[in-house]
Amino acid sequence: MQSIGLSAKDLTVSYGDHAAVKRVSLDFSAKQVTALIGPSGCGKSTFLRSLNRMNDLIPNCTVTGEIWIRDQNINSPSTDVVSLRQKIGMVWQRPNPFHKSIYENIAFGPRYHGTKNKKKLDEIVEQSLRKAALWEETKDRLHNSALALSGGQQQRLCIARSIAVKPDIILMDEPASALDPVSTSKIEELISELKQDYCIVIVTHNMHQAARVSEKTAFFLNGEVVEYDDTPKIFTNPQRPETNDYITGRFG
Amino acid sequence: MAQSLERQKAKPHIAEEWVGKVYTLLCIAFLITTIVSIVYFVASKGLSTFFVNHVSLTNLVTGLKWSPDGQPPVFGALPFIFGSFSTSILAAVIAAPLSFCAAVFMIEIAPKFGRRYLQPVIELLAGIPSVVYGFVGLSVIVPFFRDVFPGQGVGIAAGALVLSVMILPTITTIATDALAALPKGLKEGSYALGSTRWQTIYRIVLPTTLPALMTGIVLGIARAFGEALAVQMVIGNAPHIPHSLFESASTLTSAITLSMGNTAMGSVANNALWSLALILMFMTFVFVFIVRWLEGRKKL
Repeated sequence: MQSIGLSAKDLTVSYGDHAAVKRVSLDFSAKQVTALIGPSGCGKSTFLRSLNRMNDLIPNCTVTGEIWIRDQNINSPSTDVVSLRQKIGMVWQRPNPFHKSIYENIAFGPRYHGTKNKKKLDEIVEQSLRKAALWEETKDRLHNSALALSGGQQQRLCIARSIAVKPDIILMDEPASALDPVSTSKIEELISELKQDYCIVIVTHNMHQAARVSEKTAFFLNGEVVEYDDTPKIFTNPQRPETNDYITGRFG
Repeated sequence: MAQSLERQKAKPHIAEEWVGKVYTLLCIAFLITTIVSIVYFVASKGLSTFFVNHVSLTNLVTGLKWSPDGQPPVFGALPFIFGSFSTSILAAVIAAPLSFCAAVFMIEIAPKFGRRYLQPVIELLAGIPSVVYGFVGLSVIVPFFRDVFPGQGVGIAAGALVLSVMILPTITTIATDALAALPKGLKEGSYALGSTRWQTIYRIVLPTTLPALMTGIVLGIARAFGEALAVQMVIGNAPHIPHSLFESASTLTSAITLSMGNTAMGSVANNALWSLALILMFMTFVFVFIVRWLEGRKKL
């Protein structure tokens, strides 16, 4: 039995009157990759964004239910959202490096959380880039603009950037869907490496990717979780007909 | 059969293309002719001060005394150049922080209220005629400065203050557009690292949009530089470099508007005014080039 990294209970997310996620309860194990799959508009990205309260930024969006990390319900109004987001990192579909140097992109988080020591920052930058398998490619040009990197490198930089603030959990919203196959396989390798240290939740449209990188898979449909089980079981022996239809490509 | 049908159909399209092409070419030719003739006219008048009347360029640009009626007449335009630059730059210094804060408020803090109510109000400022600004400056700012500071109240400070309100909409509009055009992902990326809203604005939003903000400032300065009426009404129009911000001064534009009626076409004094106009035009070109250069940097 794995320890629980993050746990959502009866989570409902609505935009105005429209409920995009309906009473979803899911447990995410630490040191595991959980994949969220489902057709477009099924609420999986919305659900993911609720987990680190990114939906707070969207006017009109209400989130009810509970999200537990250890003994803290992070969906309560008293939660300090800023320090919460240091614990839960996020990576988006489109790489979004800041218009700064590679070094400054990584140092951005730690610096504003109080690490001022240059030596310490150098160390964090190197460690994060090494973990994101980007160090060898960038160590000679740390102070060049991050925008000069390729799309795949930018995405790994964004992963390195979120690692740099030492999170427990990393949320990934289709992290490879804007990348070419080579970069995609690099990102997938990286995810497999990272799960030794982090609880990873990944939204993906690519079912092969879900099968390759994840231990557990949740199938979303119309804002609800239809099936949640070990990945091999979902893909070889799904219990629900909707899941079977989706993974065999009959819709979605 | 099918081929001939195609050919028949294609003909009106070709004619349409041709008409469109000729029409746009005519428009652009007209525009270019206008611009070239204006530049040529101002340059020929402005340069004849040096080539026909043999006033030296260095004397005009660095001379401190302006007395076209003196014996002999002296044309030192430095006080005007100084007045134009100091009022414009000071106006930008006053207006830029206000504009940036207004833009940040409208886009980042209260987007709904800001874009619906605040932005139209600020843009309204651009539509007020400059004579109204000058009038308000003359009846409110100048008496206030006269009471509070030593001097007559007129001067660079009054001019800059009036100008700063006038260029506020220019800078605010450009800053607002720049902030609104910022990719949403950048801000989210910053928030996801546990940044506060202030850190995100200060460390991501403003640095990323800096070239556009600079463009706004330069366009604001250019607008202030070319403004004549409002400044002329509050600056005092004494042709010398003042010792304080509250002492009567003059600008290139106010010198031209004040004297152009009193000089005969073709006289030295008239040509000298054209030289001032040439300087104004040249500076405007410089501002445009700066804006172009900044726009180029925006792509990073």
